[in-house]
Amino acid sequence: MRKPKFRAAALLATTAALLTLLLSACGRKDEQVLVRYLNFKPEIADKYQELADAYEQETGVKVVVDTAANNTYEQTLMAKMATAEAPTLFQINGPRGYTNWQDYCADLSNTELYKHLTDKSLAVTDGNKVVGIPYVVEGYGIIYNKAITDKYFALTDRATTYKSMDEINSFAKLKALVEDMQKRAADLGIKGVFASTSLKTGEDWRWQTHLANIPITHEFTAKKVDLTSDATNEIEFRYHNEFKNIFDLYINNSVTDKKLLGTKTVSDSMAEFALEQCAMVQNGNWAWSQIAGVSGNKVKAENVKYLPIYTGVEGEENHGLAVGTENFYAINANASEEEQKAAADFIYWMYSSDKGKKYVTEEFGFIAPFDTFKDDERPTDPLAQEIIRWMEKDGVKTIPWNFTLFPSAQFKESFGSSLLKYAQGNKDWSSVTADMVADWKKESAAAS
Amino acid sequence: MNHQLKRQFAAFVLPTLLAFTVAFIIPFVMGVWLSFTKFTTVTNAKWVGPENYIRAFTADNDFLRALGFTALFTAVTIVTVNVLAFLLALLLTRGLKGTNLFRSVFFMPNLIGGIVLGYIWNLLINGVLSLWGVDITYAAKYGFWGLVLLTNWQLIGYMMVIYIAGLQNIPPALTEAASIDGASPSMVLFKIKLPMVMPSVTICTFLTLTNAFKMFDQNLALTAGAPEKQTEMLALNIYQTFYGRVGWQGVGQAKAVVFFLLVALIAFVQLRATRSKEVEA
Repeated sequence: MRKPKFRAAALLATTAALLTLLLSACGRKDEQVLVRYLNFKPEIADKYQELADAYEQETGVKVVVDTAANNTYEQTLMAKMATAEAPTLFQINGPRGYTNWQDYCADLSNTELYKHLTDKSLAVTDGNKVVGIPYVVEGYGIIYNKAITDKYFALTDRATTYKSMDEINSFAKLKALVEDMQKRAADLGIKGVFASTSLKTGEDWRWQTHLANIPITHEFTAKKVDLTSDATNEIEFRYHNEFKNIFDLYINNSVTDKKLLGTKTVSDSMAEFALEQCAMVQNGNWAWSQIAGVSGNKVKAENVKYLPIYTGVEGEENHGLAVGTENFYAINANASEEEQKAAADFIYWMYSSDKGKKYVTEEFGFIAPFDTFKDDERPTDPLAQEIIRWMEKDGVKTIPWNFTLFPSAQFKESFGSSLLKYAQGNKDWSSVTADMVADWKKESAAAS
Repeated sequence: MNHQLKRQFAAFVLPTLLAFTVAFIIPFVMGVWLSFTKFTTVTNAKWVGPENYIRAFTADNDFLRALGFTALFTAVTIVTVNVLAFLLALLLTRGLKGTNLFRSVFFMPNLIGGIVLGYIWNLLINGVLSLWGVDITYAAKYGFWGLVLLTNWQLIGYMMVIYIAGLQNIPPALTEAASIDGASPSMVLFKIKLPMVMPSVTICTFLTLTNAFKMFDQNLALTAGAPEKQTEMLALNIYQTFYGRVGWQGVGQAKAVVFFLLVALIAFVQLRATRSKEVEA
């Protein structure tokens, strides 16, 4: 009679114990103040960890680095924010991204790091509040392999008269060069001038975001649009012909037939460039690690150069690369005051101490937009150096990154799939343009 | 004995009940509640009423188009998967040489994850289509039949095993008696074997239906909706809604609730319909 009762009691007790354990594990509060950072860049996750360890050794404050997998930052952040161990330091991708996280972004105007930001206009603001501090400046354009272009310039029976890439400063010249190079592809030992225009879903951001930024920026500039106002909620895609110019040039003079672009990925394109199957590829300076990492890569660091994206717009002879940022530090407003301060201290240390700066420039390869960096404290990889060279050229105007104002991910995706259909010959350009303009308006309305 | 069992009832049920509550009931109730709110994370939701449901249907036609595509896809795969699986089961219950080997081989595709499968078939289909100078993103019909092919390949083996079990459960006396009475093989098939495996048909159509209707991984990896979302199925559409626009998480959640109701309703009707055809030997 006694035994079963005892068993039941024991079982109940075990269950209860398990439950308490579970609940206590969920609700446990850490005594120690620490920084929880959700990192956006998986390619440097290990380096971040090293830096975090160094910081802990130096200051005793623990930094927990979590990294979201490629293209899943928003998803990961959404999931983590709802937990007891929410990130105290995270990042937003610009004004549009901020609207999603406005309840979570603390005011950073009094942080040490913001005071050292060289160009205050780069920060994300909300009224008088500073809610996002840019931590890396990046640039993109057309990357070319000087070894191959030099080979072309050495040909005797070519159709153009250019002697070096320095002469290429407009779309007309670029087009003449590219089309003749394409004809001589066999002599140059390449399959096509441009790497594949990757239009697979999820791999098309170089076109629907980066390339689209060029004509949109020109439109905003021409119309003198106030970028902080609602005037950005509608566009006319005024420079769609210019977009078509360069896009056609990409897809018609490429390694891959334009009907087969729907399966191409960014890695495919970068591999083609690294293996010298093509001479040019549009991408940003973050691509260097990708190019260098391709096994059997043939391209030499000293031959990797940048050319601005010319589209045929007026005055483009003086245009430079597209330089800007979509990486802004934000501090969780729901974290305790100590935790917020710990996060602010950590990022300031990272961008001001010798050790931190060494990691930022040498390991991460960041061009940091803070005055704590001296002229000799800059990344050494060839693409970053090219960005700096273009930024410092006299009389050259860089193109800002206004794609942070693109209304939604949905918009970009629709535009990307529209471009794919155009490349395949299943959609005419006027429909692509009309859909883009209509989508922009619709998505802007949906986001507000 | 019975008395003892009653006394220990709570002790046995409690752990499971607890797990069920934590892992199912709470998320489910929260999910329904969230569909009536605007939220960024599950902890900062604000009540907005039925607005999300209105937006789900009125903002664009994508949800309804995805529903149509999914329904068509489900209808086609239910027929093809079950017919082919049943034929294979018939073939592999005839005592042919190597039956066991074939059963294992046909079952194996089911063990491969959907994403991997999607990528493999993506390569295969593109390889074939490249003979015509196009790829799977070129037209919606390629994506559709690609998905059908993939699903068949993945599910046929599994359904086959269920049908084999069903066929083996038919008492040999029944088929023998029929043959002696002069029934042709096709009569044996349609008058005896088919009615006798109706319980398997119920299970298999249910599994195919829910699998096809809820398909996500394979859809994402094979076509990701290309071209222009024409091959986007319901689950993928919900996912895209959730992450595609700022502040639309609630709408995605509302679609998910509608999706749940649809699957539940259709599965219920299907179970009623096929159950009524089941017979006793």
